[in-house]
Amino acid sequence: MNHSFELPGSYKKWTIGLIVVGLITLLYGFIAYHPFEHAAHGAGANAGTRFWSVLLQNSVFWLLIVNASMFFIGVTTLAMGGWQVALRRVPEAISSVVPVLGIICFLILMTIVWGGHDDVYHWINKDVVAGDKILNGKKGFLNPVFFSVFSAVTIFIWWFLGQKLRSLSLESDKTGPMDYETGKKWINKNILWASLFIVYFGLSVGSTIPWLWLMSVDAHWYSTMFSWYTFASSFVSGMSLIALFIVFLKNQGQLEYVTDEHLHDIGKFMFAFSIFWAYLWFSQYMLIWYANIPEETGYFKIRVQGPYRGIFFLNLVLNFLCPFLILMKKSTKKNYTIITFTAILIIFGHWIDFWQMVMPGTLQGTGELMPFEFGIAALFVGVIMWRVGAFLSSHPLTVKNHPFLKESMIHHT
Amino acid sequence: MAGGIKKFVVGCFDDEAVLFPAVKKVRRAGYKIHDVYTPFPVHGLDHAMGLRETSIHTAGFIYGIAGTTTALTTISWIFTKDWPLNIGGKPHFALPAWIPITFELTVLFAAVGMVLTFCYLCQLSPFIKKHHFHLRATDDLFVMAIECTDKTNDAEVQAFLQNAGAKEINVQHAETGWWIGRYDREQKLYRD
Repeated sequence: MNHSFELPGSYKKWTIGLIVVGLITLLYGFIAYHPFEHAAHGAGANAGTRFWSVLLQNSVFWLLIVNASMFFIGVTTLAMGGWQVALRRVPEAISSVVPVLGIICFLILMTIVWGGHDDVYHWINKDVVAGDKILNGKKGFLNPVFFSVFSAVTIFIWWFLGQKLRSLSLESDKTGPMDYETGKKWINKNILWASLFIVYFGLSVGSTIPWLWLMSVDAHWYSTMFSWYTFASSFVSGMSLIALFIVFLKNQGQLEYVTDEHLHDIGKFMFAFSIFWAYLWFSQYMLIWYANIPEETGYFKIRVQGPYRGIFFLNLVLNFLCPFLILMKKSTKKNYTIITFTAILIIFGHWIDFWQMVMPGTLQGTGELMPFEFGIAALFVGVIMWRVGAFLSSHPLTVKNHPFLKESMIHHT
Repeated sequence: MAGGIKKFVVGCFDDEAVLFPAVKKVRRAGYKIHDVYTPFPVHGLDHAMGLRETSIHTAGFIYGIAGTTTALTTISWIFTKDWPLNIGGKPHFALPAWIPITFELTVLFAAVGMVLTFCYLCQLSPFIKKHHFHLRATDDLFVMAIECTDKTNDAEVQAFLQNAGAKEINVQHAETGWWIGRYDREQKLYRD
């Protein structure tokens, strides 16, 4: 099969171009924003706050969406799914970026927490916490040591369990076709590692990690919907990323067993989870709007009635209305151009979503979308393209000995 | 409400794997398949029979939009014009509070509308009868009815079905539409 997939020159050019643009932006940030100067939380005027907020938003967002690929593999493995086998190498390739982005994200988080950037996370300042009843109550959870240890453990486990699942798949290429018994054993091994991954994913992305990394920007505020909301955001963008790479590889003449039917199913995930995201978005908003308790409404006050109003509603249009109306028809889910367009729209929309989770808490009224944000995003996209490209060009693109491959080849919706 | 009485050659198959090639052969030979009755939904049979894609989802979308509009216009009229109430100091036009009901009505309209449309298209309703080509089509037989015209040589069609693997073949004159009657009380068929 495809042992010799060469990345096209334009892909390499784009990768290098995006990374160069990103690095120049980063350099500009270091020079212009003085990121290592100290500023008070919410002072807003300090450019260093913007620098760290943008890095936080981007690193967390891109890390979560590449990790969503491994979640997809885990879930379909546990469900004994067969249809995704023909395209399984694509989410594997995307999830192989987790260690790289994990380290970048961890370094950024550590610099913020230990570098005393209490303009981003105000709970890291001991004096503030001592004089603040709410933060004092959350001290057992929201403190630098717990934050660092838990982040490190989480990123390590994501990498470790993901690596296990990837290597099981890659080993099967070398061992040759499996008979019934070996196939059964191999599937059971996959189920074991996938279930461990899913359990830890639920404990991290499904609950604690968004509390620590994102919700603690507004440390006084809390919402029990927040983690699910973040998960829905990252999963739907993760599926869009998988769709983009499938379309790219199909256009290169690769992935011979992947048909419109598979793309149709990926499109269904994008459609369904856009609705799921909107459901969570609305549930979180309506409960707080209805109860109207000042300590909860503070979060939405600045977003709905303040300077972030446009972004807030743009978010809803990009992430719910557009995918809902565009992907409703069967034919649009099978159309390469429309799927590519919608996938880019969804990823951009959820990037905006993460932006409006972070910025109002750190920059207060002064946040606005500027080229700096896009430049940093280009850096992360470049890194993802670089690592995914490296994986795709060094491994066969079909898991040819997977016991369920036949089921995937004849997949029909 | 009769659709007219027509002549059919009916072939019964006891295996899905035989039915598929048979459907293809019959179509290739140019015979007109009236319908294939199966005990359970057979994946891909609609495709093999060359049936067009259903439009019921378009109908569903329109019903859904109708539900959304009904909910929003009704609630906004009631709460802003007809009987404005002060509920917890919220504005009279309290859109977030209305979304759940709008959603429910959208789903209700779409679901009920699609079920009724489906029943109408399949001519299913209480007190309505249709001809059964073979009662075992509801149990374990795949029943294919081929419509005959004046020029059809039914002996030839029967032989053709025999070759294609049908277990049981007969010729029936049957009403194609529906008529008023009850399956549980009346055994009489329309043509009788």
